[in-house]
Amino acid sequence: MATPQVQETQQTGTGKAVVNDFSMTVATKNGSGSQTSNLTLLRALFKMGIPVSGKNLFPSNIQGLPTWYTIRLSKKGYLARRAEHEIVVAMNEDTFVEDLASVAPGGAFYYGDHLKFEVNRTDISVYSFPAKKFAKESTAPATLRDYVANMAYVGVLAHMLDIDMSKIREALDYHFDGKEKPIAINMGVIEAAYEWAKTSLTKTDPFRVEPMDETQGFIMADGNTAGALGSIFGGVQFMAWYPITPASSLAEGVSQNIAKFRDKEGHDGKTYGIVQAEDELAAIGMAVGAGWSGLRSLTSTSGPGISLMTEFVGLAAYAEIPVVIWDIQRVGPSTGLPTRTSQGDIISTYFLGHGDTKHIMLLPGSASECFEFGWKSFDIAERMQTPVFVMSDLDLGMNTWMTKPFEYPNVPMDRGKILWEEDLEKLSDWQRYKDVDGDGIPYRTVPGNKHPRSAWFARGTGHNDNAKYSERSEDWEKNMARLKHKFETASSYMPKPEITGSGNKVGIISYGSTDAAILEARDYLAENGLETDYLRLRAVPFTSEVKDFIDKHERVYVVEMNRDGQMNMILRLEYPEHTMKLISLAKHDGMPLTANWVKEAVELQEK
Amino acid sequence: MPNVQLNLVGLSKNDYRGAPTTLCAGCGHNSISNQIIAAAYELNVVPEDVIKLSGIGCSSKSPAYFLNRSFGFNSLHGRMPSVATGAMFGDHRMRALAVSGDGDTTNIGMGQFKHIMRRNVPMVYIVENNGVYGLTKGQFSATAEKGLRLKYQGLNPFTPVDVVEEAMASGATFVARSFAGDANQVKALIKAALSHNGLAILDIISPCVTFNNEDDSRHSYGWGREHQEPLHDFTFVPREQEIQLGEFPEGTTKTVTMHDGATIVLKKLDREHDPTSRSAAMKLIEAARTEAVLLTGLIYVEPNLPSLTDVAELSATRPLNRMTEADLRPDKSMIEKANAMMF
Ligand SMILES: Cc1ncc(C[n+]2csc(CCOP(=O)(O)OP(=O)(O)O)c2C)c(N)n1
Ligand code: SF4
Repeated sequence: MATPQVQETQQTGTGKAVVNDFSMTVATKNGSGSQTSNLTLLRALFKMGIPVSGKNLFPSNIQGLPTWYTIRLSKKGYLARRAEHEIVVAMNEDTFVEDLASVAPGGAFYYGDHLKFEVNRTDISVYSFPAKKFAKESTAPATLRDYVANMAYVGVLAHMLDIDMSKIREALDYHFDGKEKPIAINMGVIEAAYEWAKTSLTKTDPFRVEPMDETQGFIMADGNTAGALGSIFGGVQFMAWYPITPASSLAEGVSQNIAKFRDKEGHDGKTYGIVQAEDELAAIGMAVGAGWSGLRSLTSTSGPGISLMTEFVGLAAYAEIPVVIWDIQRVGPSTGLPTRTSQGDIISTYFLGHGDTKHIMLLPGSASECFEFGWKSFDIAERMQTPVFVMSDLDLGMNTWMTKPFEYPNVPMDRGKILWEEDLEKLSDWQRYKDVDGDGIPYRTVPGNKHPRSAWFARGTGHNDNAKYSERSEDWEKNMARLKHKFETASSYMPKPEITGSGNKVGIISYGSTDAAILEARDYLAENGLETDYLRLRAVPFTSEVKDFIDKHERVYVVEMNRDGQMNMILRLEYPEHTMKLISLAKHDGMPLTANWVKEAVELQEK
Repeated sequence: MPNVQLNLVGLSKNDYRGAPTTLCAGCGHNSISNQIIAAAYELNVVPEDVIKLSGIGCSSKSPAYFLNRSFGFNSLHGRMPSVATGAMFGDHRMRALAVSGDGDTTNIGMGQFKHIMRRNVPMVYIVENNGVYGLTKGQFSATAEKGLRLKYQGLNPFTPVDVVEEAMASGATFVARSFAGDANQVKALIKAALSHNGLAILDIISPCVTFNNEDDSRHSYGWGREHQEPLHDFTFVPREQEIQLGEFPEGTTKTVTMHDGATIVLKKLDREHDPTSRSAAMKLIEAARTEAVLLTGLIYVEPNLPSLTDVAELSATRPLNRMTEADLRPDKSMIEKANAMMF
């Protein structure tokens, strides 16, 4: 079944323009410098006030393999991926045939004239342009020519789509941080291509852009940079990490930016330590050591790294040591599809460890929420004295999203139940693992506390309230019961879900980067007569709103990006009485979810 | 008041003890714990200024048996070095004292062991080396010598790992070897190690009386006593005392100034070993290996390299874990800068 957008594009030939509502994809080779061109287009459109999203479909390779960049413009503000492309720009001979075939009927196909292929489609507009000429004639030094060559399609598209050249200039200005020389070189190529297109191409397709006012009050950000900045605003004090796509840019975002934001006057040294570890075993070990010694401690990784961290995470949960772990999920086992997105670590992370363990998972659904959870995760970890996972994914983490601006933390830091010398002085009795307040959360001290009664011994072996070694069954049971109680307490401290709509019979539950597709799909479902309510999970353990939501609906679709419906399994475990109501809609092709898929999957069930 | 001797920080030896040991009677690890207690007492260490760490194994249990008033972390098998690395950032003015086994360090933990030396984490790292896995009942560890025959394991056909050689190869800045039966030397080396600003590796042969103590085993008491060859008489002079180099005739002594100002005075016996010379140390280890002698003493020291926490440029006066929101959270105006960084 075709989506409304495709129906609209089929109006080609009637002469009706299609404005601010299409997808365009650029096919290049990895490492050819096309990212600058693509981001320039994306940002210029954003500055024109048009809602846009950009997605990079890249291979696990440094140079040479095919890569595609898709920009979706949507006057209605839809930001999810669409499977159809109305405009395709082909710059890569290896994928030419495939790219040509991928243009939606009525669409437009642009290709560099260095690609000697036969173009045999008559249902689309076809334009060829001299992709290398403008770079060769530019002021670019010979070594940079190949990189700036991609600016040719920016210039051609600028003319053909009516993109505002002053906004392109703004985008370049940002990209090159105001450095006049590279801006001038790139702008020169774009202008030459623009002028060439003006005199040499005749437009036969309906796609155009027009300025709007729909991006005011938004920024463009990727989730990993947002998470990094959020961590910095959360007062991160220690980070250890090991490189892995798609998580590296989060750690790099912290190390590249922390000094800018945190070095204050009067500091005689750094307020943080950062170590690139030798592997994930060491990264989490360092992070746990730092958490034990009282620091806001962070590591970031992806599924394969999470599995290596298992033993430490179990120990940290049991020894009750705060630490924040970002899992930027990708398709795995081992290397799996390292540059494709997934929500496949939900079950394994929730129960990571040995024996009876469950962990707190935060589920950011936008880049600005990555920022928010960047700082909030530390508050939760320290309050609960336990590992906290932030479950992002490649799509959210590495792609560029139109998102709300980052907001300064609205509450002071919560350092949890931590005792220093003066606190201990006032207490006649202090036991590391004693439940004093009835919430399952004990009080802790950290190394460096000089009070003679402050020290305790962290260990994985059985222990009593006093942190003393104990193999007594009663001690073990009591401790494990308290840890369970602590986890229940945690649910009241979690970010609440976001709920839209009310009073409908059908509900949708989803989480993370699928949000954009769900929002769009709900509109299509409504157009076809099915109104839905929507609950976006923001954390596990679930807050009471989740149960209420399921209670109130006849059927609840749980939409996620893995094969077996992992969140659905957790919901069924938590609410066994609702097993029959919960219907899993799960997709696992490595690609960001589309609204069309969600709509059709729901309709298939509702028939 | 009973006649209890107090040290300069007003503590008795008892204040440095831990829980009663649960290791086998006669286990070399217990003698080492005793020397840790003695060294800390004699050095006037404040227990609250020390964190103690370990991995997993009989040896790694020992931090429970000394320095009761210090924070401790009995971490994971082979992964103590990473925990120690992160922990040192909390309050970098503290000292770390870590205990590991040969199984812990040279088998499952070989990777982390090598990397902690690269990073020169400021801590004392004691390998209680008995050639076997004690806690899991007597399997061969990687330091067991080729040809060793154990009752249940049979013959070990593989070349051993030498802790000291690994340490030298990885750029350790303090490398020493001793024998648990030589209490004085163990104590003196621990004292020196505690004064080193950087990673101090002490490979201490520590016989497992239960699983590896046949007289022909290189990790046994019998073999150790017979084959030990001390490098030099070893005296530790804490910095509180005046150093009198004049006492030591030129040519027969080597003075090494430790980073914190303390000095180790080495009295050479039958060898002219310069412990600040890397090449001399390497030659010595190689020779000891071919001659099958147990070389003990301070083998190598490089006191002037910056430690991990020096490199990290932390505040000299304030530890990270005492910093507050005012230090850690950027000012409110900075949120605009963050948003402007985006687009
Ligand atoms: C991940 C993991 N694997 C295996 C073990 C089992 N284990 C406990 S102690 C030990 C060996 C300890 O040997 P060593 O470090 O030489 O210490 P010793 O007991 O001889 O002092 C092993 C293999 C464990 N605790 N954790
Ligand atoms: S088994 Fe060996 S290493 Fe373990 S306590 Fe007994 S003697 Fe020591």
